[in-house]
Amino acid sequence: MSATFVGMPAFPDAARSALADSQLRGNLAHATSTIRGKRAQVVGEVSEWEELRLAGAAIKDNTLHHLDEHLLRLERSLTERGATVHWARDAAEACAIVAGIAQQHGVDEVVKVKSMATQEIELNEFLAEQGIAAWETDLAELIVQLGDDLPSHILVPAIHRNRAEIREIFRAKMPGAPDDLTDNPADLAAAARLHLRQKFLSARMAVSGANFAVADTGTLMVVESEGNGRMCLTLPDILVSVVGIEKVVPSWDDLDVFLQLLPRSSTGERMNPYTSTWTGVTPGDGPQEMHVVLLDNGRTRALADEVGRQALRCIRCSACLNVCPVYERTGGHAYGSVYPGPIGAILNPLLRGVGHDKQLDSLPYASSLCGACFEACPVRIDFPEVLVHLRSKVVDAHRGRAERGVRCTLRAERPVRLGRAPKPEAVAMKAASWALRDAGRLGRLERLAGAAGRLLARVLRRSAPGGRRVLGSLPGPGARWTTARDVPAPPTESFREWWQREGGRS
Amino acid sequence: MSGAREEILASIRTALRDAPPEVEVPRGYRSSPPPADLVALFDERVTDYRATVTRCALVDVVEAIRSALGDAARVVVSGDLPYPVDGALDDDLSASELDAVDAVVTTAAVGIAVTGTIVLDHGPGQGRRALSLVPDRHVCVIRDDQIVAGVPDAIARLDPARPQTWISGPSATSDIELDRVEGVHGPRQLHVVVVRED
Repeated sequence: MSATFVGMPAFPDAARSALADSQLRGNLAHATSTIRGKRAQVVGEVSEWEELRLAGAAIKDNTLHHLDEHLLRLERSLTERGATVHWARDAAEACAIVAGIAQQHGVDEVVKVKSMATQEIELNEFLAEQGIAAWETDLAELIVQLGDDLPSHILVPAIHRNRAEIREIFRAKMPGAPDDLTDNPADLAAAARLHLRQKFLSARMAVSGANFAVADTGTLMVVESEGNGRMCLTLPDILVSVVGIEKVVPSWDDLDVFLQLLPRSSTGERMNPYTSTWTGVTPGDGPQEMHVVLLDNGRTRALADEVGRQALRCIRCSACLNVCPVYERTGGHAYGSVYPGPIGAILNPLLRGVGHDKQLDSLPYASSLCGACFEACPVRIDFPEVLVHLRSKVVDAHRGRAERGVRCTLRAERPVRLGRAPKPEAVAMKAASWALRDAGRLGRLERLAGAAGRLLARVLRRSAPGGRRVLGSLPGPGARWTTARDVPAPPTESFREWWQREGGRS
Repeated sequence: MSGAREEILASIRTALRDAPPEVEVPRGYRSSPPPADLVALFDERVTDYRATVTRCALVDVVEAIRSALGDAARVVVSGDLPYPVDGALDDDLSASELDAVDAVVTTAAVGIAVTGTIVLDHGPGQGRRALSLVPDRHVCVIRDDQIVAGVPDAIARLDPARPQTWISGPSATSDIELDRVEGVHGPRQLHVVVVRED
């Protein structure tokens, strides 16, 4: 993948262009409604579903709260079973470790199992710069890679493409794709099988992620559908797995929760076609050299946020994307990250921090706070709680400038020109606080508003249901707020005036 | 990069200074009542994935395997498969040689009724992992006493030290318009033979 998300506009701008793409909206509406239906059916079959969600959340919380101990146990178990453990603080370190292993073995081609962690660190781009070709073997990743495109969904990165578009990408970019390739999904899958078979049979090194890493035993697990994962995990001699530090679970038995929650939440199946587990090197079977790269890349920053750390429970099922009314309409690219949708709206700011990047700061607002994501989440991440918390952090990160900003705004029409301008909410809150702090001041403002209200009542033509007079679009900073909302006209008389006029009688 | 490990562990410890105490994990799901007829449910759920299921008595297993293999000309088995398969190749093949094989016959370690899953732990009769992966047709023979109710029962029975492959239907993808399509990289045909131990 040569394209990256660098330079993405903030969510509202990116969303606006996505909303104008009717093909994209059609593809997304079709795909997300299909998966919602399947998920609802298989979740409905499990009478203890709510208890499983509680168990999943509890296991993950307990693990995260003692993460250092579990990671050290995982390291010990892996080492005992013949794997080499590496630690990477950030993307650059992780990429360098993987490239170093390839170079040490003179490998210039690796096959890849779909992995969010390697997407996150942009491993393919780094390997390409080092002259190492990384072949994505998951069908959707292959579609994205061949189309020089960006992923737009955690589970199905090519969800924004329909079958006809995929056929065109294969015909144009896949070596050996038949000229008479149809857009029948089975034919498209068969073309991918043929294309990748030789790669699997000849590859010497594979790169994977892991859905779970068991501290007690050193077992890694990859959950997949197509068998490309099995090929990569079995046929090459060398296997490198890049694993986020939050993927650890304490014991093998804990997997009896996640292997029920994940497939049903993810692809809406009772079980995904293939799950592979391996515990270090097995003599005579599969890769004989194994490396595990434990990746931080912002996870310890997220862990330090006591409200936000619950996002590290995430098992990357993507149920929150499929139920999100915002995601369904804008698609994944608008979020500017490999983690889109509700989880992206919280995880990206948590991993990378707020207050320094307009795009990241816009993500916690990419939600109507309807809470459908929380209900669907198999590990009960309280998305609305984290979103509201992150919004306050974004506002706080711009505070400090607000004091000066308000004084400038109130004293004169001088525009605020500061490195980090205060958020409009902060300015509005400061103004409200100034007005409400003094009863006399409030009374004078109310009389002013009443006069404005009486004036507007005479000229306003617009009214809301029920006959309330409403203002049209506000000028200036209020303009964006009123593109989708009505502002009620100020009342002609304030409550306190009415109370006085009535002589204190109700 | 020797400092990375210490630095990450130190960041974790700093981040967790205010960490709340452990919470209890509810485990009631492990004692939910099992379905009435495990084998019937297993049959139904495996068939749901568009795999083929044959149920037979022990005396008929050789014939059931032969019929499941159909027109497969080149068949490979692990040397310790407990059932005779006429003309089967022993597994001393390279990956490319395996690719030229039509079918494989294996046993399994566990079957899961609720999810229609067979689990291979690559013990006796199952061979190394590549064996049941590269050929296009997988015939898997499982005894009915190996079938358990749900995922927790399977996890409790399995040994994590062994490599495992959990298989639920033939190779499939949902990557095109989120619709399940059978047949990508793994075996495109899965035939499960359930043997009744009388």
